[in-house]
Amino acid sequence: MSKSTAKKKGPASVEFRNVVKRYGTVAAVDGVSFTIEPGTLVTLLGPSGCGKTTTLRLIAGLEIATEGKILIAGEDVTNLSAADRDVSMVFQSYALFPHMNVLDNVAYGPTVAGQPKQAAHDLARQKLALVGLKGYDLRLPSELSGGQQQRVAVARALTMEPQVLLFDEPLSNLDAKLRRRVREDIRDLQRDLNLTVAYVTHDQQEALAVSDRVIVMSNSKIAQMGAPRDLYEAPASLFVADFMGDSNLVDATVEGVADGLARVRVGDTTLELPARGATKGPCKVSIRPESLSVTAAAPAGPSLAGTIRKAAYLGTHMEYTLATEVAELFVVDRDVANPKPVGSTAHLALARTGVSIVPST
Amino acid sequence: MKRLVGLWTLVALAGFTFLPWQAIEDGFFGFGWVAQFPDDRTASALLYALAFERPWLAGLLPPLALGAAALAFPREDRRFGLFLIVAGMTGLLYAFAQGFAIGILGLHWKWAIALFGEIETPQYGFGWGALAVLSAYLMMVSIGIAALGYFRGDAFIAGSVIVSSALILAFVFYPIMTMLVGAVTDEEGHLALGLFFARLFADDIWEVGCLVGAPRCGVMFNTVALGVLTGGISTLMGLAFALVVVRTRLPWRKGLRALTILPIITPPFVISLAIIVLFGRTGIVTWFLEAAFGIPPSRWIYGLPGVLISQLLSQIPVAFLVMIGVVEAISPSLEEASQTLGASRWQTFKTVTWPLLRPGLAAAFLLGFVESLSDFGNPLVLGGNFDVLSTKIFFAIVGAQHDPGRAAVLAILLLMLTLGAFWIQMRWLGKQSYVTVTGKGDSGLSAELPKTLKRVLYWTTIPWAAFTIVTYGIVIFGGFVKDIGRFDLEFTWRHYFDAFAVEMTDRGLFFSGSAWDSLQTTIEVSAISAPLTGAMGLLIAYLLARTRFAGQRAFEFMTMLSFAIPGTVVGVSYILAFNVPPLELTGTGLILVICFVFRNMPVGVRAGLAALAQIDKSLDEASFTLGARTATTVRRVVMPLLRPAIVATLVFSFVHAMTAVSAVIFLVSARHNMATAYIVGRVEAGEFALAIAYSTVLILVMALAILIIQLGVGSRQLGRRGQQGAAAMGGH
Repeated sequence: MSKSTAKKKGPASVEFRNVVKRYGTVAAVDGVSFTIEPGTLVTLLGPSGCGKTTTLRLIAGLEIATEGKILIAGEDVTNLSAADRDVSMVFQSYALFPHMNVLDNVAYGPTVAGQPKQAAHDLARQKLALVGLKGYDLRLPSELSGGQQQRVAVARALTMEPQVLLFDEPLSNLDAKLRRRVREDIRDLQRDLNLTVAYVTHDQQEALAVSDRVIVMSNSKIAQMGAPRDLYEAPASLFVADFMGDSNLVDATVEGVADGLARVRVGDTTLELPARGATKGPCKVSIRPESLSVTAAAPAGPSLAGTIRKAAYLGTHMEYTLATEVAELFVVDRDVANPKPVGSTAHLALARTGVSIVPST
Repeated sequence: MKRLVGLWTLVALAGFTFLPWQAIEDGFFGFGWVAQFPDDRTASALLYALAFERPWLAGLLPPLALGAAALAFPREDRRFGLFLIVAGMTGLLYAFAQGFAIGILGLHWKWAIALFGEIETPQYGFGWGALAVLSAYLMMVSIGIAALGYFRGDAFIAGSVIVSSALILAFVFYPIMTMLVGAVTDEEGHLALGLFFARLFADDIWEVGCLVGAPRCGVMFNTVALGVLTGGISTLMGLAFALVVVRTRLPWRKGLRALTILPIITPPFVISLAIIVLFGRTGIVTWFLEAAFGIPPSRWIYGLPGVLISQLLSQIPVAFLVMIGVVEAISPSLEEASQTLGASRWQTFKTVTWPLLRPGLAAAFLLGFVESLSDFGNPLVLGGNFDVLSTKIFFAIVGAQHDPGRAAVLAILLLMLTLGAFWIQMRWLGKQSYVTVTGKGDSGLSAELPKTLKRVLYWTTIPWAAFTIVTYGIVIFGGFVKDIGRFDLEFTWRHYFDAFAVEMTDRGLFFSGSAWDSLQTTIEVSAISAPLTGAMGLLIAYLLARTRFAGQRAFEFMTMLSFAIPGTVVGVSYILAFNVPPLELTGTGLILVICFVFRNMPVGVRAGLAALAQIDKSLDEASFTLGARTATTVRRVVMPLLRPAIVATLVFSFVHAMTAVSAVIFLVSARHNMATAYIVGRVEAGEFALAIAYSTVLILVMALAILIIQLGVGSRQLGRRGQQGAAAMGGH
């Protein structure tokens, strides 16, 4: 089935069933299963070499799975080549054809599908207008800025009106200010056109900001998947806790479990936290730096006592490092009006969110 | 995929039914057969089987039927692929088995005679019909393998890999194998190891008596000695020129670069002609020395000195090209570092610069060594009694002794030497890494060379450059004077007229010059082979660079191997292999084209690989995800970006086809004579001036062709910032 004859349009689901991709003996993707619901934006997040880009390329058909099944819109596409899948991709390097002008680049898909030149160009102009690039038709890619090049790449991917649109680190070649805008543009586009999007990034903030769901990968496997909030506030493993932003990992003891709630002793204080499968005995607790606040006097709720070792003023917040009886803790405190001096003793109040038991893996 | 299978089945059926199965006498591209069709020479396989007593050709049909039967299964079904593979393989095996078994004298396999009885109907080489049927079998195998999911499931890639492998097997490996077999068998085709060892250990090969005062040495010693001298001296001179150009402020030093193009566009033996004209018994220098100093003329130039000088003249510019890259790549900051650590200029050169140069020197040496071994034209013209392997092989084939077995043994020795040199190069140079070009920009000034070294460089390079210019000057000048060989310098157009006269007759233009025939063949063959070489070389480069498949390393080795085979060896092996059916090609123009394509293809592969390394792979992938298949992607995205490599490959293969001698001289025929072979003939007849005039015309034709290729292919336009759009440019 070639793209031009595909009947079904609109967003499609993507499903991986136990997909393995091996290069020789090395598995780049090792037994990965997930489902991307139609019309959602899912990010594949992880450090470099974790297999996220290979996963994206498996969806595109640029790599063929060694084992397992890949389904798009419920159809088995495991052995179909990239040209036969109804999937488009925006490359990290944009991959604009340097010898074609903007219009020919965008019209490439319809042209090779055999559409007449005029129709292909009309479609291309329409998509260029969609990404806000009217009047750049005759420029060569090298005559555009990075942001413009990227929009051409997006327009080119959209001309195929694909069931699934893939982004490979789309922001990595943009400067910091532009990143947020492009990120929002991509999200708007995805919602407006109701697209299924898979998005690869190694930046956890970017992932949290754009996604409906996040799939965190580590060592060729899925470490955790879920909504951004779940990942940040209830990381499923030490790796995820550490990778999803700064985290204080402290040793604690589960004293008892009842109704899914665990009584956890951290230093002098006791907390009630969702048990997440923990049983009585030692465990690890992740505390986000902004879930701690520094007070001079002992607060009402659970708290830890310690000595301030380092303090830094960062404009919007303070960063402290405190030595406590459980560990050295890193704190992000919104209260910039009353900085606490280094060397003084202080109390750390624990907030309700951002503190969780990390299941042992 | 199913459409492809159907298409190829139809092609095979059409070839089987309508096209002449055997090769036609009037050449592969001739259409004279249409008038006679069908008779005993021109019938199609079907008619042969039905009406011309060759029933075994009907055996070609069942495999085709089996292939067509695969269409009964859906594409995803494994049986679809398996049927096709089995069909194609059986077809190929059967076609070649019957082709080899039943030759000009009928069936000649003893066990087959015992089985089927005598068959006396002769069969000649494969023709158009066979080509169509064999191609279809090959494509069935390819499509079948792709259908099973290999080669990314892409029939284009599978087909390209399999077809080019098959061609390389047929036109590189098969001839070499035939030659090896020829070396260990006697004339009746029986294994004769005694004869082989007698040939192998013959005195005239291994004799080294000249070291202890005997009049001459064996051909092995001569060849290696010449190779080492040419390699060594050309490397040192190349380095000297490179240092002068990069590290000194000698005026005109840029002009030296221009000299490097000369040996590339000159037929190799043309330099020998100039050497004879200068130093021969009646040469200009000889005459001058006699007149001025009373030195009697002698034939000293014929032998090692003459061959060495002419090889150096053509090899030094090549070594220069290699070394200039190496010298330029040495980062000045390394030398600056040495100097800031307190080293003198001489110490810096000795401890930093020289060690960094060593890998480049080794590369240039091996290149010079191999080129010297492969050189045929210069030893032929200037060798005299100084035999080297390449000329010895030639005379074993064409000489009075006509001993193909001996030629094969000599060719094997030569092949061992060149393969050994390549092996050393890969083993030794492959392991060391002297990366001096990094992504970081580095300014800094190169250290100045020590004064003594500079003086030595000037005193060696300037005279040699002058000598080179004089030599080439002679080539141009010699064509316009009465007899430069005898120092008769009266101006004349006669040589050009002899070679290229055009007369007006009643029936239009008549090309009466003696050189027109060979010039026309040369241009035709070069013009046909150049695009084929380019297409095949770049396609293979694409397969190697952009796809991954099992056996890729072996495939790469196969494609590069023909580069290591000296032309003389190719010539001998082609004669031995393609003189008999089913691949009967000697005496045709096609064999010349094939020879050039497979000899020059590795250069296209290298050029393509280098160019593809600079083209971001995601461009291809973007094209795939936009729905284009491999063939479309290659045509629309890769090819336009490869234009510089295409130009380079076309120019190289065209020029090499025009100037090659060594392989060609075995393969030319009265009907298809090549310019170089013709010129060698003129030289042997003592008509130097005509040879020189013709060579000048060849050089002009090549210059013109290069211009046409440049204009025809054009350059790629990437816009003013030139990059691939990968770089972050900020802002928007």
